[in-house]
Amino acid sequence: MAQKIRVLVAKPGLDGHDRGAKVIAAALRDAGMEVIYTGLHQTPEMVVEAALQEDVDVIGLSILSGAHMTVFPRVMSLLNEKGLDNVLLTGGGIIPQKDMDALERMGVGKLFGPGTPTTEIIEYIRSSVAH
Amino acid sequence: MDSRNLKSGKSKELVSKLLEGDRLAAARLISIIEDDSVESSDIVREIFPHTGRAYRIGVTGPPGVGKSTLVDRLTVTLRGEGVTVGIIAVDPTSPFSGGALLGDRVRMTDIGMDDGVFIRSMATRGNLGGLAKTTSDVADVFDAFGKDVILFETVGVGQSELDIVEAADTTVVVLVPESGDSVQAMKAGLMEIADIFVVNKADREGADNAVREIEVILDMTSDQEGWTVPVLKTVAHEGDGVDALRRIIDQHYRYLASKEKLAEKRRKRVRAATVGIVQEKLHSRVWNDPRIEEFLKKRVDEITTGNGTPHSAAEEILHMVGFYNHSECMKGEQ
Ligand SMILES: Nc1nc2c(ncn2[C@@H]2O[C@H](COP(=O)(O)OP(=O)(O)O)[C@@H](O)[C@H]2O)c(=O)[nH]1
Ligand SMILES: [Mg+2]
Repeated sequence: MAQKIRVLVAKPGLDGHDRGAKVIAAALRDAGMEVIYTGLHQTPEMVVEAALQEDVDVIGLSILSGAHMTVFPRVMSLLNEKGLDNVLLTGGGIIPQKDMDALERMGVGKLFGPGTPTTEIIEYIRSSVAH
Repeated sequence: MDSRNLKSGKSKELVSKLLEGDRLAAARLISIIEDDSVESSDIVREIFPHTGRAYRIGVTGPPGVGKSTLVDRLTVTLRGEGVTVGIIAVDPTSPFSGGALLGDRVRMTDIGMDDGVFIRSMATRGNLGGLAKTTSDVADVFDAFGKDVILFETVGVGQSELDIVEAADTTVVVLVPESGDSVQAMKAGLMEIADIFVVNKADREGADNAVREIEVILDMTSDQEGWTVPVLKTVAHEGDGVDALRRIIDQHYRYLASKEKLAEKRRKRVRAATVGIVQEKLHSRVWNDPRIEEFLKKRVDEITTGNGTPHSAAEEILHMVGFYNHSECMKGEQ
């Protein structure tokens, strides 16, 4: 059996909309990936603990609340702390270019703006996850 | 050292970390087993001597009835008693894409950060019985990891829930009050597999009716000697009825233990695992041989144009893989 790409899709923060995250989750499933969807209101600690238990290759976070500059670095440092250095951290939301650049320098993967075609995200994940 | 030895050295290290309680090692080992990698059988061999302690509970029923919510609340109750829990939440793989959307964790937020709980979502990966082929092996990882209770959540809708019965000591079937649900369940064969019935969403109308309906059907279909299948009402998201469910599960455990049925369950499980491995090996011995595929193609063409039969072609294939030749059979395994 070939190895499957496993992706954790989560929606950190307090806002109550997870339609975007669900659309991405379904698209990744349709691309043949195993998607663990954890839903709304996830703290960085919850995200990383779930990623550990599920042994995922990728974490995708949907952040619309503007909290990206706190959430992504926190998840990143927890990942390193727990020895999950191989996990690709990516995501999407309304994130200014200069923040994207800063996060990338911290080791966060590519981040996608609203309305990015799902095919682009799928392609990015496939090419980044070297099995 | 060749790469195979290197890899099995790595698995050994992971197993000893697992036995020391390393969560990361547990997660990695589960993936290796799920992927059915070459190291998989080495790992199962290593951990097997450390299994046999955990109590295994299956929770099954149609989608949306509240299985994940119930598993969450039941786990909270168990944790209150100091019992550690491993959860395996199985959902079907899409036959079209090979992908899967595993959403059970959404309802398990009460227990996601508890050190005494480990939740793993699993896709069926093409297996039909409601579980993945490797689910029992994954349960063995949790067992060796020291989890006291293993909870399986599986979607049960069709004729094919026998897998869960084999994997679990106690099987809980969950339904909702909506009329017709229980009749549907009877047709689908869910009545025969339940050790305990739960009518969840008892906050909705018709719960008492549903309980009576199920009890009537059970009277006709259930024949477990010495155990009358109880029908409970729960409101999972409120936690109502969950303590009662926990007590009934314990009663069922004591019933199994007193009748030597626990040991019998374990024997059946070991037997099924052994048979599964033999079937798998025989299957791959035949169909991983590139000569066979080529030969088959040729013969199919010949048969459809009037030469030979499927039987004669099958006999030839069995000869080719040494099915009738003892010494050749042995040679292949060395
Ligand atoms: N009204 C009501 N809703 C419930 C109850 N238990 C669960 N739910 C809701 O039913 C939906 C499906 O629950 P879930 O646990 O995901 O079901 P599963 O698909 O069987 O695992 C969720 O929205 C739950 O909040 C209950 O006892 N009463
Ligand atoms: Mg569920």
